[in-house]
Amino acid sequence: MRWGPAGSDSNENALPSVLVKHTVTPPPASSEITPEPLFHRRREFIKKSALFAVTAAGTGGSLLALTGGAPEPKAAPAPEPAPLKVLGRYSTEETPTKYEAVTHYNNFYEFGTDKTDPAENSGTLKPRPWSVAVEGLVKKPFSVDIDQLQKWFPLEERIYRMRCVEAWSMVIPWNGFPLADLVKRCEPLGSAKFVAFQTLLDPVQMPEERTHLLDWPYVEGLRMDEALNPLAILAVGLYGKTLPNQNGAPIRLVVPWKYGFKGIKSIVKIRFLETQPQTTWALAGPSEYGFYANVNPAVDHPRWSQATERRVGEFARRKTLPFNGYADEVAALYTGMDLKKLF
Amino acid sequence: METPPRRQVPLPWLKPAVFVGALVPLLGMAVQASRGTLGADPVATGLNRLGLLALIFLLASLASTPLKILFGWTWPIRLRRMLGLWAFFYASLHLATYVGVDQRFDWPVLWADVTQRKFMVVGFAAFLLLVPLALTSTDASVRRLGYRRWKALHRLVYLAGVLAVVHFLWRVKLDIREPLIYALVLGVLFLVRVVEAVRTRRAKARRAQAPSVA
Repeated sequence: MRWGPAGSDSNENALPSVLVKHTVTPPPASSEITPEPLFHRRREFIKKSALFAVTAAGTGGSLLALTGGAPEPKAAPAPEPAPLKVLGRYSTEETPTKYEAVTHYNNFYEFGTDKTDPAENSGTLKPRPWSVAVEGLVKKPFSVDIDQLQKWFPLEERIYRMRCVEAWSMVIPWNGFPLADLVKRCEPLGSAKFVAFQTLLDPVQMPEERTHLLDWPYVEGLRMDEALNPLAILAVGLYGKTLPNQNGAPIRLVVPWKYGFKGIKSIVKIRFLETQPQTTWALAGPSEYGFYANVNPAVDHPRWSQATERRVGEFARRKTLPFNGYADEVAALYTGMDLKKLF
Repeated sequence: METPPRRQVPLPWLKPAVFVGALVPLLGMAVQASRGTLGADPVATGLNRLGLLALIFLLASLASTPLKILFGWTWPIRLRRMLGLWAFFYASLHLATYVGVDQRFDWPVLWADVTQRKFMVVGFAAFLLLVPLALTSTDASVRRLGYRRWKALHRLVYLAGVLAVVHFLWRVKLDIREPLIYALVLGVLFLVRVVEAVRTRRAKARRAQAPSVA
């Protein structure tokens, strides 16, 4: 290999061939000898190439790390949840969002604030054994094991639209039972006007509860007539399978005419109250998140529009419907209310 | 035979290497988009990443002077123009994705964004500030404007940096830990400049007060 420029074969240092006696080990032809400056330049070239590669890789790698673009190792697939037996009513005909998206694009801040965090981090949640306590203004407070609770009511399939306050939406085939059935079984007193729900408070199972991001435990609530509306359900599964941890195992609220954050997950306590409970997001941002949180394209979030939404899996936006398209079933609950004020 | 003496450019590999590195996240996104692995909401993922890349490059370009002040390094200054142009490039893609892919050129909505939503207003303002800087980034522009005027114009980048960080802070729903880190970096970069400016001014004042030694 020669490093000299073209034509360096006619090296002026070459001796006339007649003078060269062939010795046992012929020295390399002088044309083969790299001139010293070139020899150094070659080393320099290699050094610079290495520096180039390291710098390029370092720059690219840091950018990927900072922006979350690094390829992530595929997590071991979660064990296949057990199938459930269900009947259906109140379901939309729309195409359900893919199971993969429903279970890997979640807001569940107890496991992190990125959409993929809950799927990655919720392995610490132990949804069995689990009991739900019923307290407050009821004939007799009690606590019930989740498996027992599930046997009280036949499970139904409800394919509901889910509209997040962040202006994206999904269609999810839930499996659960009407909240109204449980409320009736709790025998609330006449003075009970609201129902409050509470998520598990256990920083070992829910690591982000160690932070002060939200006022843990997560609390949500409904007015009694909202809780009795047949659209409101408690879900214990989706897609005919046991609820995955990241979707709020073992039991969660689904109120499809309200923004997604009303659908409190991993419920451990249900309280019947005379006054409106303080709910987590309304406490965290009173000007941005209200107690009612009905899906309403006419009332924007202070920082973004609620007029449109992107259905996860689609590219174009679609118009957001009042009460998320469930106005026929629920609009009567709010007659006479100023929904711009009571957002 | 002698090779003609060449003017040695110090660290000749640096700029091309950073250029290639700056392309990596874009190529990564293209690969992920084509494989459908850009997450459940690829538009949101793309939008967020492009915006963050613009901010990173903006802060990187703002870091070159502080690095010189602190460590005496001069190589970051030679990267500054390119970093600034990368910031503009990613900011343009970020804006184009929002306008064209996310909102599908829905002008009434976009108008409402830039007139009513403060987080959109600051983001768009940051982009607008970068436009004249990118347009006057050539050596010829420096000559045409004169160095003093050119430098005064390019001070707009500080404002663009602040607006970009505020845009990020106002965008997140609740968890401001990540944008706070960028705000902190920007704050430190400004602090270094301010401290240095005060020191230089004091030194000058002292020299002016001291009896002149011929």
